[in-house]
Amino acid sequence: MIGARPLTDRATRQAPESPAVTETAPVLTGAQIALESLIAEGVETIFGYPGGANLWLYRYLPEYPQLRHVLVRHEQGGAHAADGYARSRRGAVGVVFATSGPGALNLVTGLATAYMDSVPLVAITGQVPSTAIGTDSFQESDVIGSTMSVVKHSYLITRVEDIAATIKEAFHVARSGRPGPVLIDFPKDLQAAKTAFIRDGSQVRMRSYAAPPKPEPAKLRRIAQLIATAERPVILAGRGVIISQAENELLELAHRAEVPVGWTLLGTGAYPPKDPLALQLVGFMGAGYTNKAVCNADLLIMIGMRCDDRVTTRLDSFAPSVETLVHIDIDPAEIGKNVIPHISVVSDAREALRGLLDLVEPRNGGRWLTQVDQWREEHPIHFVNNTGLLQPQEVLLEMYARCHDEAIVLADVGQNQIWAALWFNYRRPGLFINSGGTGTMGFAFPASMGAKLANPDKTVFCVTGEGGFVMNMQEMATMVEHNIDVKVVILNNASLGMVRQFQDDFYEGVRSAVDLSFTPDFVKLGDAFGMKALSTNRREDVGPMLDEALAHRGPVLLNFDIDPDANVYPIVPLGKGMLDFVEAS
Amino acid sequence: MSQTRLLSVLVENKPGVLMRVASMIRRRGFNIDSLSVGPTEDSSVSRMTIAVHVGRQQAEQATKQLAKLIDVITIDDITGLRNVAHELLLVRLHSPPERRSEILDVVRIFRGRVVDVAANTLIVELTGSSEKVDNFIELMRPYGIKELARSGAVALVRGDQARIRLVDFDVSGNGADDEPRPAGNGAAADTTGTV
Repeated sequence: MIGARPLTDRATRQAPESPAVTETAPVLTGAQIALESLIAEGVETIFGYPGGANLWLYRYLPEYPQLRHVLVRHEQGGAHAADGYARSRRGAVGVVFATSGPGALNLVTGLATAYMDSVPLVAITGQVPSTAIGTDSFQESDVIGSTMSVVKHSYLITRVEDIAATIKEAFHVARSGRPGPVLIDFPKDLQAAKTAFIRDGSQVRMRSYAAPPKPEPAKLRRIAQLIATAERPVILAGRGVIISQAENELLELAHRAEVPVGWTLLGTGAYPPKDPLALQLVGFMGAGYTNKAVCNADLLIMIGMRCDDRVTTRLDSFAPSVETLVHIDIDPAEIGKNVIPHISVVSDAREALRGLLDLVEPRNGGRWLTQVDQWREEHPIHFVNNTGLLQPQEVLLEMYARCHDEAIVLADVGQNQIWAALWFNYRRPGLFINSGGTGTMGFAFPASMGAKLANPDKTVFCVTGEGGFVMNMQEMATMVEHNIDVKVVILNNASLGMVRQFQDDFYEGVRSAVDLSFTPDFVKLGDAFGMKALSTNRREDVGPMLDEALAHRGPVLLNFDIDPDANVYPIVPLGKGMLDFVEAS
Repeated sequence: MSQTRLLSVLVENKPGVLMRVASMIRRRGFNIDSLSVGPTEDSSVSRMTIAVHVGRQQAEQATKQLAKLIDVITIDDITGLRNVAHELLLVRLHSPPERRSEILDVVRIFRGRVVDVAANTLIVELTGSSEKVDNFIELMRPYGIKELARSGAVALVRGDQARIRLVDFDVSGNGADDEPRPAGNGAAADTTGTV
């Protein structure tokens, strides 16, 4: 064993020791200390919902005008909004408040979404008074227990003296290493209790949580060597590339060594699809040419990805020709979890890529690139319009034509998500945000509020279906109240499209509980909420409608009634292998 | 091939840590043979000894997932090392006076102790390896076991050197290692330093 350090080192959380310091330090309530601590962490925006157990926080919130509070209309919306905020602003941690019991439990799906996709979030939940915990008092729930498997870590505050250090530690845990959500359960009596508030500018020290290791130079040298000699190299990029802001390094490496680059659903945006070396989405609903490249590669370098079943399809069909599989990830538990690599590097993606850039020599992609280009021509991402009805891709092409390689695009879950990912077409790395891990329907709409608030100068499109939109449409009120300028593109096929497609193709053609033809009139719905709304089912209206939406300052709901039988292609039938993809015909 | 691996885990002595460990093990589908928790020489640290029945690759995954838990300080896979892994057995045996001496003979061979005597039963205390405890129980079964409690293993590695040391969290994932190396969340002198 190495890296030894004696156990006599105490953990960080210790109460201020001497009462003497209170003479100079202001005595504040726990609620004030919490808010002061959030400001110290650079927090500007909080999404939240008040209730009995967090009212002391809300009592003092107006005294801190530098903290913008956005009153969401459902706690789940708050969690997703904080998530969208964090994903779209580099370095930011999303913050959400909720009260005890039902309020806190409504965060669970949002926390799970952030956990799977490694999003830094701090949730502060009110809790019943510490003296009442365990008595089944009103609105009491074991929030720590309920959320344990969907957070990176959680804290129950038990002493007012611990608040400042706990919040500091929580932010450190949320944003460092592999980021993730952290929950702080904050009993209401401790929000009201008072103690001296001492600003602590020191670094967080935790003996049980350390910075991730640096990439080992020997391994990087070996990888650089392999790149130099490989005949058929492929790089796959995951969300880790985006989290570590390594897009430019990836681009530079790919160009220098002339290696084609594909990506996972969560890695969409990490590499520009219009780049000549770009492959496309990989796996279950990936492009045929990406899957062919991966399956024929002799060197496969996976960066910042988990390699889940949506990437590998049937595990034994994944990359069978690979002679050397390289996996770079910040989380050692991801190495060898699904696919066992020959070389693994546990480090931040950007550090590993920078290390490689120092070692990799310019190289000619040669015949392999010709082969990849040929596959790209044979298996282009395409769609067919057999019905004359409006196709989702026609809408997305018009939308992306108005993104100018820089709009932030959020996609919900289902067919709309894959369509939006496959047609994402930037010339440079961009932000494409979706719930790739948990696949949380209803994510995109509230998350897009967060993304816009975090990026007021950027155009934000939210691509969703009528099913997912309705799941969190209460946030229309929030969006209108704050005039959050998101353009919502509803691809309305009057059904739960992905489920319908699965039922048609994989579940013996029995359509069951997927009909959404009873969906509100979205124009009238927009009207009811005071949100501009437009609707069409005609190809020629799409462009002008998008232009009208973009010209409007404020949120706009755009309903597109699309071909109800439009399907996602390519797709690998369930249980089949990577090369068994079925394409649009 | 599955085998029982013995993990000696040092954790922060904080409320909820046992639940975090148990919850992770359940969630990831690992089978626990036994788990024991107790204080250590340092009051801020508890030691968990976990016997987990897993295959090689799963063992590595279990170790890495444990290491990710924020309150876990260090994990030492001591399977196959020269260790002392003992558990405590308390068993209430049906022992009418006419069979008592027979039973006591076996107890003596196993170096057990009688800690309670009643009209028709004895409580025997026994410590030792799980195999020894298993064997004793098998031998006692014909006499009639009325009640039984066993602690699960606690373990230390033999020799002069204490293994209570914090380890770095580089875990080689290439599967080429002979033994899964001990992994921990490790500790750095500061949060930005290298390990």
